[in-house]
Amino acid sequence: MNPRTLEKLSPWLFTIAIFLIWELACIVFKINTSVLQPPSAAFAAMFKLWRVFLYHSWVTLWVTMVGFALAVGFGIILGLVVGWSRAIYRGLYPVMIGFNTIPKVAIVPLLILWFGIGEVPAIVTAFLISFFPIVVNIATGLATTEPELEDVLRALGAGKLDIMLKVGIPRALPYFFGSLKIAITLAFVGTVVSETLGANAGLGYLIALEGASFRMANVYAALLLLAFEGVLMYAVFAGIEQHFTKWAFRSQMSAAG
Amino acid sequence: MEAFVDIDGVTLKYRGASGDIVALQDATLKVQRGEFAAVVGPSGCGKSTLMRLVTGLHKPTAGTIAIDGKQVTGPVKMAGMAFQNANMLPWRKVIDNVLLPLEIVEPHRSQFRSKKVEFRAKAEQLLATVGLAGFGDRYPWELSGGMQQRVSLCRSLIHEPALLMLDEPFAALDAFTREELWCVLRDLWQRLGFTVILVTHDLREAAFLADNIYVMSARPGHIVQIKSVDFPRPRDLQVTYEKDFGDIVMELRMKIAQVRQS
Ligand SMILES: Nc1ncnc2c1ncn2[C@@H]1O[C@H](COP(=O)(O)OP(=O)(O)OP(=O)(O)O)[C@@H](O)[C@H]1O
Ligand SMILES: [Mg+2]
Repeated sequence: MNPRTLEKLSPWLFTIAIFLIWELACIVFKINTSVLQPPSAAFAAMFKLWRVFLYHSWVTLWVTMVGFALAVGFGIILGLVVGWSRAIYRGLYPVMIGFNTIPKVAIVPLLILWFGIGEVPAIVTAFLISFFPIVVNIATGLATTEPELEDVLRALGAGKLDIMLKVGIPRALPYFFGSLKIAITLAFVGTVVSETLGANAGLGYLIALEGASFRMANVYAALLLLAFEGVLMYAVFAGIEQHFTKWAFRSQMSAAG
Repeated sequence: MEAFVDIDGVTLKYRGASGDIVALQDATLKVQRGEFAAVVGPSGCGKSTLMRLVTGLHKPTAGTIAIDGKQVTGPVKMAGMAFQNANMLPWRKVIDNVLLPLEIVEPHRSQFRSKKVEFRAKAEQLLATVGLAGFGDRYPWELSGGMQQRVSLCRSLIHEPALLMLDEPFAALDAFTREELWCVLRDLWQRLGFTVILVTHDLREAAFLADNIYVMSARPGHIVQIKSVDFPRPRDLQVTYEKDFGDIVMELRMKIAQVRQS
């Protein structure tokens, strides 16, 4: 097999290998199923109750995507504002760091109190947990304009907005798209945390419910589906990143070679 | 005759955390219209600072700067600039990098859409004169360092500035490419007739290209010597092997060694 096809196949090979090792370990060490379920049990549960799993997977997916979309919108605006002026940057940074340090799981009960049990607290949690990397990355991208290039443009009479539009924002795009990959996985974490604590649907809700009644195969099935959704969305945004910021990948490649 | 660039008794202090740094002290320098001026001096003496002052990016702490009889109080909007680093925008094609100043400077800015075709033709033509015909649709990363520096020169000239400010533009290039670009710059200057202020550490470069070489003292910088170079124009690279040329370079070298000591 040539190295390129091997590289393409390797994510699949690794995933399959992990499932096989997991399955074998369960058999060889005779692990009690209440401690660890084999993947085959999880897949079997998935097929048996596929309608249930499909429904809850769908709820988690759309809730996450709504929270994430809010985070992208808000993150772009805040990132531009923070990147615009050093004073705002310095003023807001400690606040944002402080906010980001608070575990969102600690806020969820408050959100449930305010918005009631359901999708809204999950959307808000997904939003709160995922906007931070977007803001930071946009602000960083804007802040890394080469001073000499800025001089060239300013000497020509370019205002701050010109420099932002011609240089800052295009320069920040690779950072922005890079942050989307991180943010989307965080958004899933936020959704599931909230669903676990107070929801009527979603994979988090399912995990809490089935876990409480010790139907562990169903719990594993839900976890696997969640992981699958995360990988899928990550791949989507990695693809978008590649597409929109080819120049960044190419210029790095040529710099390396 | 009134000087085109008139730097008169200029002092510039940078405010630093550990006290002020006086980068320039009472620097006076007069460059005539159409002159090719080179500024040389020890590292850190304030050459780049001088460039920033002339283009209006900094205000002098004391003294005045005037270009074409008008005092500089803010960005001059008419000078072209190029640096050691070509500073290309990697997401733009070469031609769009060259066109960048036209998207900023009036009156081109407001005509940019309507005159796009004309502007592009002009940029292509400029690229051709620096030996980059047909490279307009490439991306900067597909070009060598020397080629990128040519593009950077085109970008600094696309809006037909009356004043070109160059801060060590060829410092990062190998000797052969550098001499090639000397000739490119020489030809552009001779054809277009703009005024040049070139900061350089390469004394041969200064002697080959300039009408006058201004030697600066160590920091705080000011002009300590003006050396006129009288070789007839157009100059050929051959001139750099003449004895007179070697003498000028040697004289400058001694002078800079001397100001570095003091
Ligand atoms: N933004 C700044 N803030 C504070 N000090 C500065 C700043 N820029 C330059 N300086 C100081 O001013 C002095 C002159 O700097 P400048 O960059 O003009 O030197 P230069 O002659 O261009 O040097 P080189 O030949 O190494 O490029 C230096 O001592 C430097 O430390
Ligand atoms: Mg310098």
